Amino acid sequence: MTTTSSGQPLIVMDRVNKHFGSLHVLRDVDLTVDRGEVVVVIGPSGSGKSTLCRSINRLEPIDSGEIRFDGQPLPAEGRALARLRSEVGMVFQSFNLFAHRTVLENVMLGPVKVRKEKPAAVRERALALLERVGIANQADKYPAQLSGGQQQRAAIARALAMQPKAMLFDEPTSALDPEMVGEVLDVMTSLAADGMTMIVVTHEMGFARHAANRVVFMADGQLVEQAPPAEFFTNPRSDRAKDFLSKILTH
Amino acid sequence: MNVLVDRFDVFAGGFWLTLQICILAGIGALLIGTIMAVLRISPVAPLRAVGTAYVTVFRNVPLTVVLFFSAFGLPALGSNARFLDVPGLNVVFSRLGTDLPYFRFAVLGLCLYTGAFVCEALRSGVNAVAPGQAEAARAIGLTFTQSLRYVILPQAWKSAVVPLGSVIIAMIKNSALAGFFGVVGDLSQTADSLVSADGLPLIPVFIGISIGYLIMTVPLGILLDRVERRVATR
Ligand SMILES: Nc1ncnc2c1ncn2[C@@H]1O[C@H](COP(=O)(O)OP(=O)(O)O)[C@@H](O)[C@H]1O
Ligand SMILES: [Mg+2]
Repeated sequence: MTTTSSGQPLIVMDRVNKHFGSLHVLRDVDLTVDRGEVVVVIGPSGSGKSTLCRSINRLEPIDSGEIRFDGQPLPAEGRALARLRSEVGMVFQSFNLFAHRTVLENVMLGPVKVRKEKPAAVRERALALLERVGIANQADKYPAQLSGGQQQRAAIARALAMQPKAMLFDEPTSALDPEMVGEVLDVMTSLAADGMTMIVVTHEMGFARHAANRVVFMADGQLVEQAPPAEFFTNPRSDRAKDFLSKILTH
Repeated sequence: MNVLVDRFDVFAGGFWLTLQICILAGIGALLIGTIMAVLRISPVAPLRAVGTAYVTVFRNVPLTVVLFFSAFGLPALGSNARFLDVPGLNVVFSRLGTDLPYFRFAVLGLCLYTGAFVCEALRSGVNAVAPGQAEAARAIGLTFTQSLRYVILPQAWKSAVVPLGSVIIAMIKNSALAGFFGVVGDLSQTADSLVSADGLPLIPVFIGISIGYLIMTVPLGILLDRVERRVATR
């Protein structure tokens, strides 16, 4: 199932530091993600996983270090930053679908307004994406009328509609009832199999094992350990990772 | 109560002038308020400062003082109503058949004052929109203005519309003050002159004037209730 990465870096974080006031949330983070690679980020709550994800499309600006996407340093602001964001899909824990728009309108908004594509063409692509994530029959409903799993799949379709070069997932299944986790993970697994570059913050070990190329373990703002999933889960090197795994695996 | 019938033309004239003030000041206040609200939530610090300064001044200074300043202060500073000669507005004023300097100053003062409250009503509406909405908008690549236009404001509107209505109703009532700053012939000044100059009985005159204001405010209140219910069910 696991696809091999290409060896061409798409996302490069170079000695990245970030503070919230006096709190040092990212400490000298170095991370390179290759085209087509799927990286799962795990670690205790508050370790900086969300901040790491959000710094890659500059929803959180960083204090020092450099982040390059597709060879270019992240633009600081304005249209260039908006363009970069349109190339990086993001999926949030709380879905964040636009509440006043139907599912189809949610998916179409980006391509029509950001890329200025023709609505008719976008509509077809959007319906195909909704088909792909299995909610084509919900296209004309408002987000509040959908289950959590359906909303998250709609949010994935919305991100994919921009034809992004990479996708960031920040605990995409944490807000879901257990019976809906599978349907979202299935969509993500198929994306991974199709060669999408992905950074996924998740505690779903099953997904990490069979869809990820690499697991990155984070604690206190540092990348403590990285390894292929089989190796990481059977043979973690750091004490912190051992401790963390023993806690989540016994649950 | 014959006063109401005998002097109906005077009441009607006062009503018409007050209505003009309110419509012009209302449109102006909505424009200024929207601009200031956008400034107050903009990512650029100096722009935010301008918006905040505006609101701080006009929300905290009594309307009497604002009107006093625009009716007497501006002319004393060497300004006349000419600076209000905005090309498009001139057409409006000449169509209305009312173009006295005091009328323009009253509209201006009421605009500026009410604009601060419009701004705050809109801003509270924006704050009521879940922060994740703006993040998702930015994440798909919408610019600041696009995310306001397509994502934030359409949702902010729902929680802002009722407070905005209250602001406009308050503005209609506040317009009564304009009469005391030289707007000849609006509802409140009509009452004043009918009673003190023409010696007409006080109570019927004020009942008539009250009816004039109620005609403007009550339908607006009913409309608001309707809008509120429609917005809530969606
Ligand atoms: N906007 C913010 N302002 C202040 N502190 C924050 C903010 N966002 C996150 N933090 C803090 O930064 C630390 C890392 O947060 P986060 O990246 O969300 O961790 P994780 O996703 O691993 O749980 C936490 O201690 C959190 O409380
Ligand atoms: Mg998090």
